[in-house]
Amino acid sequence: MSSPWPTGTGTDAATVAVQPAPEGLRVELARIGAVAWKDLTIERRAKANFNAVAFLAGLILLLFGFAIGPDAESLRNTAAGVIWLTVLFSGVLSFNRSYEQEMEGGALDMLVLYPGDRRAIFVGKLLANLTFVLLVEAVLVPAAALLYNLSILRIALPLAGIVILGTLGFVTLGTFYAAMASRLRAREVLLPLLLFPMLIPLLVAAVEATNDMMTGNAMGNAGAWIRLLVVFDVIFVAASVIAFEYVIEE
Amino acid sequence: MDAATTKTIADLIALAGLGLTVLVVSAAMRRRLLVPLGVFAVVFFIGSQVTGLLASPPERGMGNLQKIMYVHVPAAWSFMIAFFIVMVASVLYLWRRQDRYDRVAAAAAEAGAVLTGLALMQGMTWGKPTWGVWWAWGDPRILFTAVVFLIYVGYIALRAFTEDEERRARWSAAVGIVGAINVPIVYGSVRWWRTIHQPQSTPSTVDPAYVIGLRLNAYAFLFLLLFFIALRYRAARAGDVADRILEERALNEETANV
Repeated sequence: MSSPWPTGTGTDAATVAVQPAPEGLRVELARIGAVAWKDLTIERRAKANFNAVAFLAGLILLLFGFAIGPDAESLRNTAAGVIWLTVLFSGVLSFNRSYEQEMEGGALDMLVLYPGDRRAIFVGKLLANLTFVLLVEAVLVPAAALLYNLSILRIALPLAGIVILGTLGFVTLGTFYAAMASRLRAREVLLPLLLFPMLIPLLVAAVEATNDMMTGNAMGNAGAWIRLLVVFDVIFVAASVIAFEYVIEE
Repeated sequence: MDAATTKTIADLIALAGLGLTVLVVSAAMRRRLLVPLGVFAVVFFIGSQVTGLLASPPERGMGNLQKIMYVHVPAAWSFMIAFFIVMVASVLYLWRRQDRYDRVAAAAAEAGAVLTGLALMQGMTWGKPTWGVWWAWGDPRILFTAVVFLIYVGYIALRAFTEDEERRARWSAAVGIVGAINVPIVYGSVRWWRTIHQPQSTPSTVDPAYVIGLRLNAYAFLFLLLFFIALRYRAARAGDVADRILEERALNEETANV
């Protein structure tokens, strides 16, 4: 029976240990995929998380409706802002958890010890969180359209584009700050305190673009706001991927 | 004083201030010069305030309300300098891994947050009689200042909750850099957001009669900022040294008991 692992007798354990980790884009992508798949599998098997966050999002939409009042006009006018605030308030709950489940049994330490680039851990978690929040939004946006009487079918494609761009920036910074906040006592308050001020350019751009799109405002600047979203995403995906190395090293 | 003389004096202040800044920075790096530096910064600040208040005539539209400019505008300028120092010190920390850069970043973030809060309150104090509201959603500068204030409050909160020193330095350096990247983006987006919703009033150029007071006070705030950073730096260092001595003493006692 041959084992792929060094047994200590026969094969020289030292020479095995110094072998460099395999490199290359495909290996890197495989690592990212493995981390993302692992996180999503945990999520899939414990559906309770997704259900709870999705119902919370629906609840927040309803609460905003009660706060803004029954006037159909003012509900429609505030809908874009309400949708994005609901995304922020419900989505922020998923980021800390993506690290907390690693803490049990020191799984994060093991993950860090695996050969290869640690950026793969970040990008993998980012993709898992992105999938999670996009799925919540797939429930939330149609629910908002029902509750606030918005006609979104005719603008479904551009709206989906704005949602994806806005969510990418949100999830990137959320995954980055949660890597720190999740390991501290005050994680529940610290994560939004760090994250939300950083998201204000993104919030402004996403709400303005969504609003222009929904009201069919030809004079609006939807295109320019979408460009701001793209710039925000590119800058902070790059900055977080680079800075994550310094956050995770222990 | 005619306009040409005023301009010459203002230019001389700018030049002399640059020279003084070099001296102040080198004094801030020496522990023994900390007290003289503090005395100098406070005296210079009082002198600049008095000069600014006395040397300028009441403004045509605002009257004496204009005089808040000598504390407001310098506070706004120096908080930007403070956060620039945070970013540079954070980069230096991640590169060289020396505790002193972490202490400089923390000291500059605290001083910068105080100045940002001050600038916010002064802006609101000025806005109430000018626009009739404490919080003018139409003014991009107050919105920008509030967001930047909250970004650095987050930075300070992260430091307060992270106990391990090495981890705190590393994490806050990463957060300091990512936060600094956002400052120009926040500035641009907030300004743009407002101009779309409401036409921006054209920025009035500052009359030469006020330039002298403004320049003097810009330097006065800069020197105070550098003094505060040096003071917080020394306090953090003294705290670290005290911790180490206590730790050593505790270890020695334990061995003595055995």
